[in-house]
Amino acid sequence: MYRGEAEKVLAGAKVGERVRIVKGERSYEGVLMPRSELGDDRHVVIKLDSGYNIGVEISGARVERLSPAEPRKQAAFPEPEFSPAKPEVTILGTGGTIASKIDYVTGAVHPSFSTAEIINAVPELADIARIKARVLFNILSENMTPKHWRRIAEEVVKELNGSAWGVVVAHGTDTMSYTGAALAFMLKNLTKPVVLVGSQRSSDRPSSDAALNLIAATRVATSDLAEVVVVMHATSSDEACAVHRATKVRKMHSSRRDAFKSINAPPIGEVREEVKLFGSYRRRSEGEVYADTRLEERVALFKAYPGVDPELLEYCVDRYRGIVLEGTGLGHVPEQLFPAIERARDEGKAVVMTTSTLYGRVDMKVYSTGRRLLNLGVIPGEDMLPEVAYVKLMHVLAVAQDEEEVRSLMLRNLAGEITPRTLPDTFY
Amino acid sequence: MLRVGFEVHQQLATRKLFCNCESELVEAEPELKIVRRLRPTQSELGEIDRAALQEYMKGRHFVYQVPEEVSCLVEMDEEPPHEVNREAVEIALQVALLLNAQPVDEIHFMRKIVIDGSNTSGFQRTAIIALDGYIETSRGKVRIPTICLEEEAARKVGEGENKTIYRLDRLGIPLIEISTSPDITSPEEAREVALKIGEVLRATGRVRRGIGTIRQDINVSIEGGARVEIKGVQELNMIPKIIEGEVARQKRLIAIAGELKRRGVGEAQLKPSPVEVSDVFSSTQSKVVRRTLSRGGVVLAVKLPGFRGLIGGARDEPRLGSELAQYARVKAGVGGIFHSDELPAYGISAEEVGAVAERLGLGESDAFVLVAEARERAEKAIEAVVERARLALRGVPEETRMAQGDGSTRYMRPLPGAARMYPETDLPPFVVTQELVERLRANLPELYEEKISRFVEQYKLSEELAAQVVRSGRAELFEELVATGAKPRLVATTLTATLRELRREGCEVERLREQSFRELFSTLAKGKLTREAVPEVLRALCSSPELSVAQAMERLGLKGFSEEEVRSLARRVIEERSEFVRERGKGAAKPLMGVLMKELRGRVEGKVVMKILQEELRRFLGS
Ligand SMILES: [Zn+2]
Repeated sequence: MYRGEAEKVLAGAKVGERVRIVKGERSYEGVLMPRSELGDDRHVVIKLDSGYNIGVEISGARVERLSPAEPRKQAAFPEPEFSPAKPEVTILGTGGTIASKIDYVTGAVHPSFSTAEIINAVPELADIARIKARVLFNILSENMTPKHWRRIAEEVVKELNGSAWGVVVAHGTDTMSYTGAALAFMLKNLTKPVVLVGSQRSSDRPSSDAALNLIAATRVATSDLAEVVVVMHATSSDEACAVHRATKVRKMHSSRRDAFKSINAPPIGEVREEVKLFGSYRRRSEGEVYADTRLEERVALFKAYPGVDPELLEYCVDRYRGIVLEGTGLGHVPEQLFPAIERARDEGKAVVMTTSTLYGRVDMKVYSTGRRLLNLGVIPGEDMLPEVAYVKLMHVLAVAQDEEEVRSLMLRNLAGEITPRTLPDTFY
Repeated sequence: MLRVGFEVHQQLATRKLFCNCESELVEAEPELKIVRRLRPTQSELGEIDRAALQEYMKGRHFVYQVPEEVSCLVEMDEEPPHEVNREAVEIALQVALLLNAQPVDEIHFMRKIVIDGSNTSGFQRTAIIALDGYIETSRGKVRIPTICLEEEAARKVGEGENKTIYRLDRLGIPLIEISTSPDITSPEEAREVALKIGEVLRATGRVRRGIGTIRQDINVSIEGGARVEIKGVQELNMIPKIIEGEVARQKRLIAIAGELKRRGVGEAQLKPSPVEVSDVFSSTQSKVVRRTLSRGGVVLAVKLPGFRGLIGGARDEPRLGSELAQYARVKAGVGGIFHSDELPAYGISAEEVGAVAERLGLGESDAFVLVAEARERAEKAIEAVVERARLALRGVPEETRMAQGDGSTRYMRPLPGAARMYPETDLPPFVVTQELVERLRANLPELYEEKISRFVEQYKLSEELAAQVVRSGRAELFEELVATGAKPRLVATTLTATLRELRREGCEVERLREQSFRELFSTLAKGKLTREAVPEVLRALCSSPELSVAQAMERLGLKGFSEEEVRSLARRVIEERSEFVRERGKGAAKPLMGVLMKELRGRVEGKVVMKILQEELRRFLGS
């Protein structure tokens, strides 16, 4: 972790060791701390006995090694006992900060995901369900790929066709809605709830939203719902969580607890002490769930903006089988993109229009630009979110037999991604 | 051997430490409120404090009022902290240098876990800025091992059954924490240290002023006693009295422990097993007890073996009885207790005392405590009393106490253990370069003592007046006004004695704007206002600080007279008394001045009037 000059001065001293740094008349004693990868190589960080860290500039410094690092202790938690009367819920870990442990020495946050660890951290879960937790992988959500979506879908199916009443997928929040949409399209004959959950404040903090979100998600996993949903804080307060349909939800804020919002549709439920579901939703039933995990990965999500270089789109046309355009307003793109779109269509590639306004429906009949795009065979994406249309097109291109089927599937509501009626109170 | 140390917390007059909000408090209750909970997190070992978790499970929550003019998503814990406020760091470093401390090379903010709700995040961000400072006192050096920069906590504005209400205006205001070693050995020296640290802080000119903007916690211990932390000290002048009181309290507790030991009292004898004695008081004269019983409460008694004569004492002396009562108040919310050393009294009769004693099987040297309350609460109170009585066997318990206005202190809570602390990973370290330190060192503000000497020298103020100006915090304004040509003595007395006088009358002189003083002295210089009228104008401005001096004068009917107006008035007076004037010649000036001033007093400076009058006289006589 230390490099360059700092590494030289440390003369082999390891993080966790007690050291004395002597600089002329001054000396500092404490435990050697790791240094952030962004830090320079001119300072060494130590934890003083008061618990505070300071950085010491190393010019003219000499490091004395005083005693070796103390071994890391870790309490062992007993396997929790659950009431057999409770329904079983599986929690699958994929990364993110929903369940993690702080290393008080370094400040590093480690995933902590055994059933015992989760129940130790959030004992309330045991009152709701018999929890079975396991980790699929542990990656930052920005690093998720279609490969990970498939793996999650397969594991979810395994659990749902086993003894689980529902599955909770702990996920980083950045791309949670992509994974949610992918699961919604891939899981067929869904008869039980699949709940994605995350946290906007990591669980090492007393103010973390993780516990409340996880409790609410677990409740939803035992509910009457049989859909893929995202459960996160409904407001900035620690009072209620909202249940969002995975194909209608979007992370709309970079940092707030209530960052997730249903777009063009109201949330389908709210969780306080109990789960309340509103409107129409798919209900829990019997029957085998299966996953069609075929995805055409040669799909691009392309944003149109003033001054966009048509070469960028030409490149996409060369490379991909499908392109989701994020156009402006009712679904427009600048004229200079028309030749590339025309070529894409000539080559039989699917082009779907969505809007950068997110809210509202595309309507390409109103202005001439839209009409020209329709004539080129661009598929209007209705009120689908651009990201959802992107995931859907991957799925549709993989399963459809021909161009006509692609078109009809894209225009049809498969998993709640298209709402036929837009209600007035869905925009704020 | 008395040992005293300080922890001084001072708010800085900059924007907040980790966002761009202003460091101001808001009086009106804001509309936006959020409700949060703080969950105890895992310890180093991955364990969770079960007691804290139980408290959480009971539904303990916090209501945060969000005044949007001075708080944003950062205070709401809805946005990561912005980079540390550079200005605040520089002020803190300046203070460190003035206190002879060594700035650290790189500042690392830490998260100190605090789950009482005073921080929305559940931790306070704090960093060591400098190490190994000291301050000179008349009795030698007092060491200052650490100087920290941290964020101020939210302001508690209310409390309910299971909730605490905070306002976010105060959260995030930069706070310097200066901790001294326990090197102070007398109450007077303690006062001097507090005063000097305060002066150093104010010398920067960048600290907030007013109630609550500086707080000092005092640590007191004596030989054979224990470290006791006293919070909430507002008045520096109370410091010696508070320390003396604490020394007496500790001495008394040590003596009690000695006597208990001599009497052979052990912990095993002190059992929290109360006996209900409600029936003894069925026809009591004690109003408190009667009221409790009539509301379905009970009277519980507990024996304190060997404590007879050790609980009570003279009114103005420290008594163990007060400690027992304070424990019962803090831990059980009970208003008061009775103990046998003070009974019979408060309407409780000798017969009732006798009956309780008999019921408890009280021996010669035993004492008892009575609690009249609802049963559950009474039981809790008895538990607290016995817990405290057990501690008395060992002398002085380490604890945190709260200073009261009269200089006494009250038990608040046990001394907190070391808080869990871990690095704030949302903030990069702040590198304190050699260049920065050198620049700050070259531009250190003048310390109070240096400034006082300079004022004496440069402005010919008396030592006393100079000191008053400097300590008033308006030294900068003083110099500015003097630079515009105002007389130093006049400015100095206006800024000190006059304001002091107005404050005594109850005027809120803190509300006066610097601009008002600028206008005031320029009006004076133009002769449009007299010195005598200054207090009147300032008084008016205290109640309406938004007024200009001219507007205030108009409101007071002190509308200034122009030279022309004075001149025509002078002419009129001369004309009306022309015979008299011819008779007396230039000698008429003095009597005429009296007539003129009757109309102009307070509105035009006498000297100006005299000058015009003399000119007009010369003209009249010459014609
Ligand atoms: Zn702010």
